[in-house]
Amino acid sequence: MSERLLVNPIECEGHGACAELLPEMITLDEWGYPIIDGRPLPPGLERDARAAVSACPTLALRLMRS
Amino acid sequence: MTMATEGISAEGTATDLPRLLPPSGRQPEDWHAHAARNGRLPYREAPGTLINDVHAAGLTGRGGAAFPVHRKLAAVLEATRKRRRPAVVIANGAESEPASDKDATLLWLAPHLVLDGLQLAAEAVGADQAILYTHADRRNDVGRRLQQALAERRAVGADRVAVELAESPPRFLSGQETALINHLAGGPAIPTFIPPRVTERGLGGAPTLVQNVETLAHLALIARRGPRWFRQVGTRDEPGSMLCTIRRADGAPRITEVPLGLPLGPLLGDGAVLIGGYHGTWVPAAAAARLTLDNKSLGKADARVGAGILITLPPDRCGLAETARVVRYLALESAGQCGPCLNGLPRIAAALTELAGARPRRQARANVERWTGLVTGRGACHHPDGTARFVRSALVTFAAELDRHERGRCSATSAAAFLPVPSGSARTEEDWT
Repeated sequence: MSERLLVNPIECEGHGACAELLPEMITLDEWGYPIIDGRPLPPGLERDARAAVSACPTLALRLMRS
Repeated sequence: MTMATEGISAEGTATDLPRLLPPSGRQPEDWHAHAARNGRLPYREAPGTLINDVHAAGLTGRGGAAFPVHRKLAAVLEATRKRRRPAVVIANGAESEPASDKDATLLWLAPHLVLDGLQLAAEAVGADQAILYTHADRRNDVGRRLQQALAERRAVGADRVAVELAESPPRFLSGQETALINHLAGGPAIPTFIPPRVTERGLGGAPTLVQNVETLAHLALIARRGPRWFRQVGTRDEPGSMLCTIRRADGAPRITEVPLGLPLGPLLGDGAVLIGGYHGTWVPAAAAARLTLDNKSLGKADARVGAGILITLPPDRCGLAETARVVRYLALESAGQCGPCLNGLPRIAAALTELAGARPRRQARANVERWTGLVTGRGACHHPDGTARFVRSALVTFAAELDRHERGRCSATSAAAFLPVPSGSARTEEDWT
């Protein structure tokens, strides 16, 4: 079963930790908010993705089964 | 309030328009006039049949999203059965779009048709609570009219579910589905992040049906006259009629009920056309005249039927200045919850204001194009997406005007504001409640 990243834009405050931990899937816009690659997470990135999810100070980032 | 109403029929087609608005036009319809015109309220005594009829009719939401109504009804009914919990039905008459006046006109002239639809929808999904949600500031007279209508219904025992009236704060996003539920639950009228869908868990956690007031009026007629009658006007894929708010050179709103698929030309004046309001699309005059009023045709111009707003910009006004003024309003109406919207919309508005003036800097246009791309799809609601669509369409439709401004010229001869923008933006949290 594949997983996708999803950010709750209301909770997100643009701390940017996710983009540091998972640059393959997350970049920051010019205001510091994450631009998420919403495609299924490629194999091998699960561990980093979980680290990015846990590192979010506002719990805005989630992994969703799809 | 403007009460100019008329029914325009598709060329060569026998129609019975207007369907929703009283044929006499301007006189509000009381219970007796309503019953004489439309007959008794046809309760079905079981939920399934009406949903089947609505499905066969092909009714879609008239609040802007054009979502198939039967699917929403079925989803709410399923949730009430699965969770053994009665649903809530909400008639959405917030009509927060400043350019639109069709819902207020419908509520004023034919409130009983909307209230019939609310009862029938409540029955169809198994609801024990019904709310009619209207816009607070512009239409205090509508609130009074609705109280009268409810008193008339109580006197004849028309309603099986008691209807509660609620007012939305005068914000652009007040009618957005999750904002509406947030507000009715006692919070500010600002959007929340879905999931869960409100059909599953909406007001107070109950399965919740939110339908635009015009949609409910159509539903009340489908329940009486059937799906084949409904499909006598409109196109095969987009059947029925809809209310439109039309503004031409004098700027006054004219409310017209037209069949889907109607050629736009006769509805328009001479100038670029804004289709769908402030989350809609500017279309050049020549292109607009070739379109018909349905999503299949409008899609060719990247436009949508939306809530039926058709505004022709008078040729003596500057489309860039008008767009910039509206986008400043839209930026102020952001709930400010999501970073991209909070940061992007004011920057887009400022750059557009520069483009609307003389000799803008070269990067202003590139910035607007980049920022509109950057905000799209990144909000909890569609406010950034709709605003970006509106702005991008202005850059395309008024491309020649942009070039003129770069040379320090402008084709407009009048600087008077044309597109309606409410005064007074939200400053404190109380302005959202």
